[in-house]
Amino acid sequence: MQLEYFHMIDRIVDLKVDEKTIVVEAQVPKESTIFEGHFPGYPLMPGVLLIESMAQASGFLLLGVLKFERMPILAAVKEAKVRGSVFPGDLMTLEASVAHEGSGYAMTEAKIRVGGKLRANSTLTFTLIPFPNSDMRGYMDAVAQRVGFPQQAVSP
Amino acid sequence: MSSTFDQVATIIAETCDIPRDTITPDSHAIDDLGIDSLDFLDIAFAIDKQFGIKLPLEKWTQEVNDGKATTEQYFVLKNLCARIDELVAAKGASA
Repeated sequence: MQLEYFHMIDRIVDLKVDEKTIVVEAQVPKESTIFEGHFPGYPLMPGVLLIESMAQASGFLLLGVLKFERMPILAAVKEAKVRGSVFPGDLMTLEASVAHEGSGYAMTEAKIRVGGKLRANSTLTFTLIPFPNSDMRGYMDAVAQRVGFPQQAVSP
Repeated sequence: MSSTFDQVATIIAETCDIPRDTITPDSHAIDDLGIDSLDFLDIAFAIDKQFGIKLPLEKWTQEVNDGKATTEQYFVLKNLCARIDELVAAKGASA
């Protein structure tokens, strides 16, 4: 995880395009300027970053389902619950599934676990847009490579 | 079974917190009811689920943007309901 770049996801553990599910891992760093303010003496991952992590896990899933032909953009957080704190050094395991695939949009359900215990869950809505330019498409290809996106899921 | 319009009007009322009695077949979802594109995604989701169809929102939007259709054709509720009935019938015919 590189918080300063908003790189929340480190590794794709399992991607099942046919079942429309994904499992990814995200290693929370032990140190970050974010934890200096949130909070001194009791550092913990901000809830909004947990939501962002679930959005990125869902985003990778949708990229796989759509074979990188569309870019998912977070549009709505239908429901999000932070059920327990996530601390520096924790290894988060995130699961996401597609709840509905509409025309130009999709909804996912995502969860975060640490040590098998549920820490957060959410229902998210994404608009699915054409890649606006080659720079963004190239960047996402590089991101896919960084997180170990299965190559067969990238190529149409 | 309630009519397509009744079901759609109920979905809109519950999704967007709009009084049910202000929603008529001649209401324009955008111009009259003030539903924005993000709220309409929630409505589309509920319609997709309830009727077992997939509203072709992208196609409709493209047609409007290209000047090949007007928003009234898709977003006045009686017209939207007619599209839904067509999609349900097409689904039944292909099943």
